[in-house]
Amino acid sequence: MGVKDPKGIGIVEPQYFTFAQAPHEMPLESGRKLGPITLAYETYGELNAKKNNAILVLHALSGDAHAAGYHPDDDKAGWWDILIGPGKAFDTAKYFVICSNVIGGCKGSTGPASVNPQTGKPYALDFPMITIADMVNAQKQLIEHLGIKKLLCVSGGSMGGMQALQWVALYPDMVLCAIPIATALKHSPQQIAFDEVGRQALMADPDWQGGRYYDTGRQPDRGLAVARMLGHITYMSDQSMEAKFSRNLKDENYSFSFQADFEVEGYLRYRGGAFVKRFDANSYLYITKALDYFDLSEGKLFALGKPVATRFLVLAFRSDWLYPPYQSKEMVHQLKAHHVDVTYCEIESTYGHDAFLIEAEGQTQLIKHFLSETLKR
Amino acid sequence: MKQDIRLSHKIICEIVGQGAKVLDLGCGDGDLLKILVDRRAAKVQGIELNEACIYKCVEKGVSVFHGDFESGLKGYPDKSFDYVILNESMQETRNVQFVLHEAMRVGDKVIVGFPNFAFFLGRLRLFFLGKTPITKSLPYRWYSTPNLHFLSLTDFVDFCRDEKIAILKRFYLGKKRRVLFFPNLFAQNCIFMIQDAQARP
Repeated sequence: MGVKDPKGIGIVEPQYFTFAQAPHEMPLESGRKLGPITLAYETYGELNAKKNNAILVLHALSGDAHAAGYHPDDDKAGWWDILIGPGKAFDTAKYFVICSNVIGGCKGSTGPASVNPQTGKPYALDFPMITIADMVNAQKQLIEHLGIKKLLCVSGGSMGGMQALQWVALYPDMVLCAIPIATALKHSPQQIAFDEVGRQALMADPDWQGGRYYDTGRQPDRGLAVARMLGHITYMSDQSMEAKFSRNLKDENYSFSFQADFEVEGYLRYRGGAFVKRFDANSYLYITKALDYFDLSEGKLFALGKPVATRFLVLAFRSDWLYPPYQSKEMVHQLKAHHVDVTYCEIESTYGHDAFLIEAEGQTQLIKHFLSETLKR
Repeated sequence: MKQDIRLSHKIICEIVGQGAKVLDLGCGDGDLLKILVDRRAAKVQGIELNEACIYKCVEKGVSVFHGDFESGLKGYPDKSFDYVILNESMQETRNVQFVLHEAMRVGDKVIVGFPNFAFFLGRLRLFFLGKTPITKSLPYRWYSTPNLHFLSLTDFVDFCRDEKIAILKRFYLGKKRRVLFFPNLFAQNCIFMIQDAQARP
């Protein structure tokens, strides 16, 4: 067990699953094919003999398969450790929790930085465009590989929530319940606009080199850092920024220069700088594009045309202005119009979009009871 | 199962048929819906504005929408419920006419429960003390009441006549049992089952 959190999961290790070997490459929504594909994933808890206690959690834009517990060299737990572990919302004493890194990502799954088997070099922009549906289709292979026919639950925040929705759209019979959090059926023009500014900042960096930077010793760190800084602003709220930074200065007086005088400037620079060490710039381009392409609005969630028996718990946060609660409500209206059993809660929080990674108490209470009710039915 | 349930819940439970589909507008902490699930195997949903109540509903396994039913029952197809309940929530809504007609659109029948403003103790307080009635069913001070509308049984009956709403059943409630004589004087609460008169077969 991990020393850092004696009540948590402890030390965890990533696993890898490779499939779609030639000539059985996976067809993509764009019409192109991808293979072989490797998915990095982690699991927590035990799959029971009936294999009916499996929960798939899905990560957001910059997330990875490491949702809970610690890697040996970690100083921070996985990204959803507040909700995954013994006695937590996704109780690993009861449930078998799986998290995989999406395709297109850069944390162990096949993405633009992976080696293209046809050239022996990194794909870069030869990597095919991927969509949220493609991510889900790859995950389905993993779930089948694990011998699971039905998932008790799919859940995630932000892009993770989109994947949860996409799971229901594609494989409703495989999902008993879905918990999409701080997400939407589609990106609004405002959301697309933020992504586009991020992409443009990145591609304007001369070190991006048309995406072929892998062997050059230079990579678009400044562009990616600016994209991430912009992202961070949209993940917080006016209130949470006031509480965290106010107009606090790093030093006592103004420097009367373009140094980072304000704490908020220093924070954004630090977060931008830290991000480029752990994230591939091309993955950022591909995944943000997948977010923008996603659209299950106007009944497309029910495109299969059969009744959806999946139960839903939809969560939003009052101060989230990137994925505002009205988008979640719209989703709930669609679900209701199709007679889907849905519970919706708009959690009072000042943390903005980031709240799904921070607010433990409300989410825990709702998810825990919703899951045990789903098991009872 | 809790035996000691509120009289109004008991009566609503008697009205609602086995396996009925029920929507409760202003469902609070989901007590009534839970009773309908346990005793009537009803398929229930609630709408509630108070966040703390949402947690309690989910704890009871009751599906609930966190929001305001006054902005319309958007998304719900016509006649998607057997019963729509407004138990002690109608008098707190701004636009009663709109809400009731929406409720009758999505539900076959609507069950409305509200406190009777014309209860005799309230009348005495108003007449002899010249003060706003404070009674068991209207326990609030004038400055902190959630109620926007104050009505008597007779007011509601008149309203239904004017709005072409059919009253199918009516129950007058005292403290512990039903009231049979002079209900507009002696009932503290009442429950009506109504239906859009034009929709009646």
